[in-house]
Amino acid sequence: MDRPAATSARQTDSPGPSATARVLAAVLTLAVAAILVGAVLDLPDRPAGLTSQVLNHLGESGVTQPVTAVLLNFRGYDTWLEVAVVLLAALAVLALQRSDDLVCLPAPSLAEPVLAWLVRLLVPVLVLAAGYLLWLGTHAPGGAFQAGALLGAAGVLLLIAGRRSIDALGGWRLRLLLLAGFALFLLVATGPLLAGLNLLEYPSGWAGTLIVPVELAVMLSIGATLALLFAGAHPSRPRVEEREPPSGGRPESA
Amino acid sequence: MTPFQIYSLASVALVCLGLYGLVAFPHLLRKLLALNILAGGVFLLLVSVAHRNAVDGVPDPVPHAMVLTGIVVAVSTTGFALALARRIHRERGLTHLVDEEAAE
Repeated sequence: MDRPAATSARQTDSPGPSATARVLAAVLTLAVAAILVGAVLDLPDRPAGLTSQVLNHLGESGVTQPVTAVLLNFRGYDTWLEVAVVLLAALAVLALQRSDDLVCLPAPSLAEPVLAWLVRLLVPVLVLAAGYLLWLGTHAPGGAFQAGALLGAAGVLLLIAGRRSIDALGGWRLRLLLLAGFALFLLVATGPLLAGLNLLEYPSGWAGTLIVPVELAVMLSIGATLALLFAGAHPSRPRVEEREPPSGGRPESA
Repeated sequence: MTPFQIYSLASVALVCLGLYGLVAFPHLLRKLLALNILAGGVFLLLVSVAHRNAVDGVPDPVPHAMVLTGIVVAVSTTGFALALARRIHRERGLTHLVDEEAAE
């Protein structure tokens, strides 16, 4: 029996934008567009900026690639706070889980043979490429964040294929991985304070040696956090090992 | 029209598209995608500024570093927002936020 589309919509379908919402949004967007176009056309066409300053001071930064030097040395404070934001996102996603144990990730289902073979092939390559990008960051585009993204991709692949990845880590190991980047950066940033220098002022000549362990820890943290973010937004499924008997009031899993 | 102007106008277009999507659509995932498009527009402007400031073929590294930071922050925000949307759906069965006073 045919029903009009509106009454057969399920409750989970969200309504489309109402007419007033569209009009108001369009007015707001056009106003912002006018302001931004005026601002952007007002920008000068001739080069300006900090390129020459960065290139002049590249020798004392400890690396030879300008972007890595800016990220980890000249603007190290921004990078430190960015690692803190990553940690915050991981903690927030974990806080949204129902259990109060850190190892509360859902157990994934097993995958088909082709995907399983592909994962067996790709994950070692991803780990190798992550290590290579980490080393490459000192003299070419690369570095901790790119390598961390590859590690996160490896974790996501394992999760999709039904292998155990970060849910196989025990509670304290996962916590250590998540905290390692921010903790090491904190040590390296506040260490100079004890020696009488300023925050994040690496002692001269030590910049290169201090950046490497920080980058390694940041890479591991970002990889673990990205895999955790993927698992945290995963639809809930019954866990393989039942810690407590299933309660009657648990809603049906998606 | 110089290439820099073309890129910056394109970034303004992306920002406006993202803003419209963020405000107009009630579905949470659409808002999230619109937020990512908005972020993409901002990153495009930063990178084109970096290209404009190039000296001897080396682009300005400071806006590049800002974009890297911004991408990581955008990914973290997206991950957390997805977990929130998932939890809202699990608790209420809805994919959009409901005005509490209007429901009374």
